[in-house]
Amino acid sequence: MTKIGLEIHCQLTKLESKLFCSCKADYRSFEPNSNICPVCMGLPGSLPILNKKSVEKAAMLSIALGCKIPPKIGFFRKNYFYPDLPKNFQITQYNAYGPTSIGYDGMIMIEDKEIRIRRIQLEEDPGRLVYSGSSEKTQITLVDYNRAGTPLVEIVTEPDFENPKQVRIFLNILADLVENLGVADPYLEGAFRVDGNISIEKGNRVEIKNVGSFRDIEKALHFEITRQQSLAERGILIPAETRHWDEARKITVSSRSKEEEQDYRYFPEEDIPKIIIEKTLIDNLKKTMPESIMSKKEKYINKYGIPTQVAEVLSSDKFYSDLFEQSHTEKNTKEIANLITTDLKGFADTKEQREQLKLTPKHLCDLADSILSNKITRASGKMALQEILKTGKPLSEVISSLDLGHVDDESSLVKAIDEVFTEEQKAVSEAKQNPDTINYLVGKVMRKTKGKSDPSLTLDIIRKKLDSQ
Amino acid sequence: MTLSISISQYTQKLRDGELSSEEFIAQTLERINNVEKNLHAFISINENAIDQAKQIDKKIKAKEKVGACFGMPISIKDNICTKGMKTTCASKMLEDFVAPYDATVVSKLKSEDAIIIGKANLDEFAMGSTTEYSYFGPSRNPWNTDYVPGGSSGGSGVSVSALECIASLGSDTGGSVRSPASFCSVVGLKPTYGLISRYGLVSFANSIEQIGPLARTVEDVAFILNIIAGRDSHDNTTIENGTPDYTKDLDVGVSGKKIGIISEMVGEGVDKDVQSSTKHAISTFEKLGAQCIPISIDSAEHSVAAYYTLASAEASSNLARFDNLRYGYDFSVEGYEYNSYISKVRSSLGPEVTRRMLLGTFVLSAGYYGKYYQKAQKVRSLIKSQLDESFKKVDLLLAPTMPILPFKIGEKIDDPLKIYLLDINTIIANLSGIPAISVPYSIANGLPIGIQLFANSLQEKQLLQSAHALQKTTNLPGVPI
Repeated sequence: MTKIGLEIHCQLTKLESKLFCSCKADYRSFEPNSNICPVCMGLPGSLPILNKKSVEKAAMLSIALGCKIPPKIGFFRKNYFYPDLPKNFQITQYNAYGPTSIGYDGMIMIEDKEIRIRRIQLEEDPGRLVYSGSSEKTQITLVDYNRAGTPLVEIVTEPDFENPKQVRIFLNILADLVENLGVADPYLEGAFRVDGNISIEKGNRVEIKNVGSFRDIEKALHFEITRQQSLAERGILIPAETRHWDEARKITVSSRSKEEEQDYRYFPEEDIPKIIIEKTLIDNLKKTMPESIMSKKEKYINKYGIPTQVAEVLSSDKFYSDLFEQSHTEKNTKEIANLITTDLKGFADTKEQREQLKLTPKHLCDLADSILSNKITRASGKMALQEILKTGKPLSEVISSLDLGHVDDESSLVKAIDEVFTEEQKAVSEAKQNPDTINYLVGKVMRKTKGKSDPSLTLDIIRKKLDSQ
Repeated sequence: MTLSISISQYTQKLRDGELSSEEFIAQTLERINNVEKNLHAFISINENAIDQAKQIDKKIKAKEKVGACFGMPISIKDNICTKGMKTTCASKMLEDFVAPYDATVVSKLKSEDAIIIGKANLDEFAMGSTTEYSYFGPSRNPWNTDYVPGGSSGGSGVSVSALECIASLGSDTGGSVRSPASFCSVVGLKPTYGLISRYGLVSFANSIEQIGPLARTVEDVAFILNIIAGRDSHDNTTIENGTPDYTKDLDVGVSGKKIGIISEMVGEGVDKDVQSSTKHAISTFEKLGAQCIPISIDSAEHSVAAYYTLASAEASSNLARFDNLRYGYDFSVEGYEYNSYISKVRSSLGPEVTRRMLLGTFVLSAGYYGKYYQKAQKVRSLIKSQLDESFKKVDLLLAPTMPILPFKIGEKIDDPLKIYLLDINTIIANLSGIPAISVPYSIANGLPIGIQLFANSLQEKQLLQSAHALQKTTNLPGVPI
């Protein structure tokens, strides 16, 4: 049986500062080596000062993943020499001498399967190595320490996955979950990194590292299963090793380094005294942390009567669900859910689009109410929404400037219908025999009134007119 | 004018306009110039000291607000960072390192208008008990320059003793402030762990060490402690001390105090002169109205082994950052692959540092952690609990600071174990975190002997009061150099 376990490194991108100093946690916009200080550079004499908010964020994630949180957490040093590591040790957490990491023994369900979370540990990201060309052939290696000290959590699962598809589903759920919690933006470059370990029946465990995007892990795992199976079929022993994902060639390559033989000499980091996690903190976090995706979904279906599929889309995307929560009233939930999940599509898919959006919750609420009260049609509503997205003008202004108001006086509607009857004589005669053609005429009228006419009223009048001819 | 002046005398003269900082600094620099070739207390001297003194004199004349130190010269052990001055740790590894920031203790002293007169010599990275392991050569004892001054804060002890400054800051990991205080006949305090910020102190054994003041009198030590103690937002291990005034009520005496004499530290293995000096100190305390009773801290027997295990373990990690990639000495990476470069540049670390790197790496290795590191932590807990128990019975503990008199330079350098054993009386304070002070008490064969007092955590005030009472009974000769 194939067994897969994961190690996910998730930066806490929603924090202001690094884990042990006041440099920015968001290092991405800086020139190389300009987001650094004596602490994150590990200069002689500097000491780490723990960012207390990181503990809260990591605790929130631990709660959301059903983990236990120990009464005291502590930090350890993981000792190894590497140029991206300014102190030549990493401050991390370690549970070999009893649970002291922020979370342990958690569980999350994916499609009726339990995936156990072994532990969640808070740690600092190292700097970044920049090669000229590939890491194997590079002549020079540059180091950028802007990232050094960035707070991240490592989430370690038990080897509970049976196939790469489960891994993909899990990672999608996890990415949505960290985003929904407001601890991280998993779609930022390098913010959500996944290592895997995989073994097939009777085979040794192989680690896969260096998977750039978390979507590539599925490909890497598929490759590994095929590779390991073909070795096994030929009776060749699968060596326990670390392999790197080669993104260009889409294969895994045996890593030259002897990482598995390394002895990290973990021992307590005494510069950071143990932190007592009060029960009141946990209770408070539970009360104040964002509602879970699962609970939102249930609420949308059961309380608001939103169709399951719509509820799923709405709840799993934090941007959508925040917009929904902020805009709906008791009466317009379904209409707003509809507007967000169908009419907003294509306009708020990417981060950039979302940032430029001029839409406010009030816009959405007004729009839904106008549709529900028949002030404008759904078709007009869609046009109004697009205008609002661009301009941010109030709905009333948009309706009048685009002349989207309902054609509620019957005489102008009758006039439009008369014109269509004159223009479409062939269709009119056909419609007398074939009722399906009536829809064609309704469409023509709608176009003439720029979508402002009430479709059912239009249909009624056309029917009467046909009968009377 | 004499350089042998107390802090209160100095500040009074400055206030009264009888003395200027510039005059005093100039005379101090002259003194340094005269004695340094024989003593080697300093690794570097502050070239701007006179200018800084002039600035302070200007403030005094203009009746502007002046800091409590009035431009007095203070030396700083060269493992404590000073902005704009080299901080070498007496190592080739950092021979050109200039920290971009001041240690918290240094910025506190500067903001009180102290002048950092120079950076004091030490054993490389503070690893040693004699200052012989300095990359820049040993410091010499001003009482007899053939003899070691103690260590690792040897330069601090020498500079205070030889009137090259008024006070000094050292660091005490296993006795490194108290040992040179004892050997050089000055006062040295190892404060409670967490009382003083370690921000800017280049870590050797970070769970054990503290910065501590050295000065010629207990009063002066209390004055410096007032300035440097207290919680620091740059050091998570600092604790709230309630900011008492350590100089206040120093004269309350020891009447009615109970002092425990640590049996294990006054008997076998202790030099005869040291023994008799200790007995004398005990009877002095009794005459002053204290009650002295013997107390056993038998776990102290394992303290040296536990200390060298833990301190080396921490050192092996703390010193890993010295890979000569981001700062360090002049050495080209050209022609080296990463690992060979690291091992090449790190081979410039001295013999004692290398020994401890190896020892520390070994005791943390897979399979040995439980056998050594964890076992040493158990000894540490045991020492703590025995001391806790003792302080239920007595107010203070007493022992000689060093079991022997100063010895000749080179005499023990080939026997590291013998040097390690010099710390037998001082280490319990570091492993348990309690404060301890060494007070100069007598001279035998021209060589100083110090008496050590311990108090419970954060009981610095009581410790200083008792040390002051003892020092007032002494009448020691001036330094011969």
